[in-house]
Amino acid sequence: MGKKLLLANDHVPGIKGFEVYRANGGYKSVEKAVKTMSPDAVVEEVKKSGLRGRGGAGFPTGMKWSFLAKPEGVARYLVCNADESEPGTFKDRYLMSRIPHILVEGMITSGFALGATAGYIYIRGEYFYIVSILEKAIEEAYANGFLGKNILGSGFNYDLYVHVGAGAYICGEETALLESLEGKRGNPRIKPPFPAIAGLYGCPTVVNNVETIAAVVPIINDGGEAYAAVGIGKSAGTKLISASGHINKPGVYEIEMGITVEDFIYSDEYCGGIKNGKKLKAVVAGGSSVPILPADKILTTPSGEKRLMSYESLADGGFASGTMLGSGGFIVMDETASVVENLHTFARFYHHESCGQCSPCREGTGWMEKILHKILDGHGTVEDIELLWEIQSKIEGNTICPLGDAAAWPVASAIRHFRSEFEEYVKNPNNLKKVRHYDSVNQLVSA
Amino acid sequence: MLKIEPMENEVKFNSESLAVIEKIVARYPEGKHKSALIPVLHLAQAEFEGWLSPAAMDEVARVLNLKPIEVYEVASFYTMFNLSPVGKCLIEVCRTSSCWLRGANEIVEHIEKKLNIKDGETTADGMFTLKTVECLGSCGTAPMMMIGAQFHENLTYEKVDTILDSCKTENKRKTYFDNVNIEHY
Repeated sequence: MGKKLLLANDHVPGIKGFEVYRANGGYKSVEKAVKTMSPDAVVEEVKKSGLRGRGGAGFPTGMKWSFLAKPEGVARYLVCNADESEPGTFKDRYLMSRIPHILVEGMITSGFALGATAGYIYIRGEYFYIVSILEKAIEEAYANGFLGKNILGSGFNYDLYVHVGAGAYICGEETALLESLEGKRGNPRIKPPFPAIAGLYGCPTVVNNVETIAAVVPIINDGGEAYAAVGIGKSAGTKLISASGHINKPGVYEIEMGITVEDFIYSDEYCGGIKNGKKLKAVVAGGSSVPILPADKILTTPSGEKRLMSYESLADGGFASGTMLGSGGFIVMDETASVVENLHTFARFYHHESCGQCSPCREGTGWMEKILHKILDGHGTVEDIELLWEIQSKIEGNTICPLGDAAAWPVASAIRHFRSEFEEYVKNPNNLKKVRHYDSVNQLVSA
Repeated sequence: MLKIEPMENEVKFNSESLAVIEKIVARYPEGKHKSALIPVLHLAQAEFEGWLSPAAMDEVARVLNLKPIEVYEVASFYTMFNLSPVGKCLIEVCRTSSCWLRGANEIVEHIEKKLNIKDGETTADGMFTLKTVECLGSCGTAPMMMIGAQFHENLTYEKVDTILDSCKTENKRKTYFDNVNIEHY
């Protein structure tokens, strides 16, 4: 069994409530921080821990925190990104609905480190039922003196609120999230200025993912060095992996970074192998945005070693033969799955979720969806494959926010590794499985 | 000089909602009440029959002291806000990758046959609207659908039948506030 830092008490009955959570060591990080540490010392521990942003980008959290501007007399905010929407990712939902207090505790300890006046948890609208779970946890934290004025007699004042979104993947991009939190359309802002300088209401702001904030709890409890000792190299600590698709045991697993991909897919401790004894065909390892890899490339690195579940090992080989850890949304496909059809679901997703601000993304995502639909419909040509390649290459790097890249990479990688499958679709359309026509057609008309 | 009388808006929040709105606005700093817009639009949609009519949006603008256009432009951006009427039970079926891999298209087809409607349509009795949506974060328990705030996971045809039949018997409008304690919103 690997080490568990976030889900260690997941099995404890009643862990959702304050009493049980507290009895199992909950809120110790708040006590330790506000009573015995300076805010800078908390930031220092997080830097030492090597914790990297768990939302997908993997940026060092301590460094992000140290960029926060601290002008005198200006409010500062900590915003938690709970807009989990990356297809294949459901770890934050799992964590918040089962152990809501670990997020509340992390928001308080982190808020103390940053000298924040208030914290907001921005949660995607579809997780509506979790709003009241979080609100209840917050209410309990207030009642026990962990939130509000003069927390535990330390002089630290801090309020925490939940803010519900309304269905927009783009609001997971931090500046779009801030726009949305200000009551506007979720259009990403041009950076700079970065949120650390001018974020929510123009004030210095840190935006962190749910899992990142939760990881601050064990880091402060046991020290940054203890956290850094878990995992492998620059992939410190544990990672929540959302496993889905053609596997025997889909679900959320907390892994110690550095286990092999093979072990993760086939061992009974994790995914338990491919469903119905089928063969592994492909994996999308870090949520829909990251490059899809065929079985041989996901299991082994270009130098022939076993690939590991870590930022570095998954990226080994660059985009030619590697991928990314991303948000940890691990989608497994068996030999019967069609990569082209799967790509169509991704292309439709990005088309639907593009905010429309930048032309390459607004137009390009729609074109890619239409071309894939045409190919699936049996009317594709070899030129369409080239056209798809050309469009994705012109979206990548040419948009304000990374949604454009996220839409381009799945297309590029699918063609790179599975070109023969696309060719089969355009050359022998009669061999295709039946494709539903009207859904995409309706969507295209309304878009 | 031409005098324009403001039109009387018959859509009004009830007093319970107004109290909740007051509480929501208090979460944001002085003068930043626009932040309350999305949470308040959710309240409006739940109170005013599951969709945001222009009159409902005007009422939101009134209580939050915003220009109507500020409300319309936000309401039209977000997927969860319905700008036209929907049935009492809005069935939102996820069909992105992980759900597709585990049979989402077949679930959609099954519902279409059972209810005799297509994606995006409402049944003649106004009971159900079928809407296919993008990833709802239930990939490990795919295929899934959401009705109101409730996630229905690991779907089979039989499970879908049971759920839809009980919705019909219940004959109640489902909202995102189902099972949500309004004290904790």
